[in-house]
Amino acid sequence: MDTMIEPTAALRELSYADAIYEALFQAMTEDERVFLLGEDIGVYGGAFQVTRDLFHLFGGERVIDTPIAELGAAGVAVGAALAGGRPILEFQFSDFATLAMEQIVNQAAKISYMLGGRAAVPLVMRLPAGSGTGAAAQHSQSLEAWFGHIPGLKVVQPSTPHDAKGLLRAAIDDPNPVLIFEHKLLYKTKGHVPEAPYRVAIGKAAIRRAGRDLTIVATGVMVGRALEAAASLDAAGHDVEVIDLRSIRPIDRETLVASVSKTTRLLIVHEAVKTLGIGAEISAMIAESEAFDRLDAPIRRLGGAECPIPYNPVLERAAVPQVDDIIRAATDLIERGA
Amino acid sequence: MDTPLTKPLHPEFKTQPLLAAVFPLAESDARAALRQMMLIRRFEEAAEECYMRGSIHGTMHLSIGQEASAVGLCLELRRSDLITSTHRGHGHCIAKGADPRLMFAEFFGKDAGYCRGRGGSMHIADVESGNLGANGIVGGGIPIAAGAALAIKQQRRDDVVVCFFGDGASNEGAFHEALNMAALWHLPVIFVCENNKYGMSVSTERSMSVPHVADRAPAYAMPGVRIDGNDLLAVLQAGRAAIDRARGGGGPTLIECETYRIRGHSRSDRNRYRTKDEIDAWKARDPIAAFESVLRDAGLMSAADIEALRAEVAAEIAAAIDFAAAAAPPDAADLTEHVYIAA
Repeated sequence: MDTMIEPTAALRELSYADAIYEALFQAMTEDERVFLLGEDIGVYGGAFQVTRDLFHLFGGERVIDTPIAELGAAGVAVGAALAGGRPILEFQFSDFATLAMEQIVNQAAKISYMLGGRAAVPLVMRLPAGSGTGAAAQHSQSLEAWFGHIPGLKVVQPSTPHDAKGLLRAAIDDPNPVLIFEHKLLYKTKGHVPEAPYRVAIGKAAIRRAGRDLTIVATGVMVGRALEAAASLDAAGHDVEVIDLRSIRPIDRETLVASVSKTTRLLIVHEAVKTLGIGAEISAMIAESEAFDRLDAPIRRLGGAECPIPYNPVLERAAVPQVDDIIRAATDLIERGA
Repeated sequence: MDTPLTKPLHPEFKTQPLLAAVFPLAESDARAALRQMMLIRRFEEAAEECYMRGSIHGTMHLSIGQEASAVGLCLELRRSDLITSTHRGHGHCIAKGADPRLMFAEFFGKDAGYCRGRGGSMHIADVESGNLGANGIVGGGIPIAAGAALAIKQQRRDDVVVCFFGDGASNEGAFHEALNMAALWHLPVIFVCENNKYGMSVSTERSMSVPHVADRAPAYAMPGVRIDGNDLLAVLQAGRAAIDRARGGGGPTLIECETYRIRGHSRSDRNRYRTKDEIDAWKARDPIAAFESVLRDAGLMSAADIEALRAEVAAEIAAAIDFAAAAAPPDAADLTEHVYIAA
């Protein structure tokens, strides 16, 4: 019948890993300077199957399997970026970036400044990070704050497939070195991802849930846990705002200060070790801001425990914040200042 | 000590005895080469004087006595070829075509300097003339050179990269990782070790498991050649062969230039680790004096020509210092400019 209403087209969904793949595919198709290098990203398709068949589509000159030599590979990426290339370097695990700190911290981050702005290092680094996979202490760390401490680097942490694609594309366009921390537990999560290329601005947080009683600022995999906690808290009559930080450097001070000024309570949740972490930075940022006078409760942080990530699954869960921890901390903050 | 490792140098890279070789330089190139070496020498002597007088602060690493390797290699390069340099990098920078006025302006911390006063001696660079920069990290430039060569190869250009580093850097992991990748991928890069015998105070005998840096080349299936780094013509010949090879797609070469730094490691060096006799013996092998005598003997330049050139160079350096002294300092309000490049 011609009066029948067409069903609304379902929003296209992709996994986080496939969203990254799509951004890589599109950027490589549009710009022949863009190339990938990393360990086992060729025929193997990457340790987390992010680069999949790109080796077959673009060939070995644009999808380069490096030897297991993280320092050298990072230096090669820096040099290629200086000489007009657009390298995207995948560290197989973010932990392995510790082997390349020299090139990331002393070279990539500083060359533009040391040369008075007369050279650029347009380098993207992808770093699968975080715990929850039973991979134990040397394959499960969250080291983003280390890099966030270095002027000259940009550091982002997408929590959704949409942002994984858009932040990666923004990073590829950026003339500065950008590190993207991809949480391994997120690779298989699904969400809406537009097909056409788009950018998510680096340095802008996202308000994932508006609320009046408490601001939760979360990063990476903790955004989902914070939203789950917020749904529970809602049932108990607490209206929680959840902010996805998305960018560690630069930090979106404006959004954070505005939110805390409104809700008057702040809980920060990240997986990285709590001591000297991003939570400390945000906490200080709020304490130094006009939002401080509006606070009705002390600022609270939840972060990783003071230990390496253990192997045993019960211990591993206990080492990083879980939904129940967030609900408890949030409830305490809200009831304390009520 | 002469281990078997020293023997399998690639046959095509054995330096020919100088007397048997046809003089490998046109007259104008020979004069230009001498001028470049003199310019570097006078630049560094004047920089040292400025430091003593307090008009340059921080520290600096002088390459006095090592000028032949910088000039010999760069003489064979095009402007579009690239180099990476080291903390002892003034010579490389001048040899690749930088302007001493802008280098002095940088050393004086001025906004007109190559790095707008942000880099100083240790980060001197001139990207326009193909110098990707000196480096404060020993070995830091080696994988960067390989990466620049990778980009050149991807762009189907026939340019090359010359990567300068010292004997100390050949003990860094970055050296070994970069040489492996450069050879594996046949990259157009020439690794030039300026072996001046000491990594700060520790001699190569006390820090290297092989007698010569060139001995490390066979491990990466690339030619390794060891030459007298104070002999400009020897550098030129080895450099020309390696550059031609890289430009033609033949892959990397490791050249070890045996040389010596007459000054200490940096401004704080008290020379406790070497003898006056050793230093004097190397002073007698001065690369500039040696090349001057080659030019006189070949009848290409008279003693008077040479002294006139020296005076010309001294005047150029004096003018460069005047330019730097008169230049404006950076504004502290711009402190964080250039941390990021605007998108």
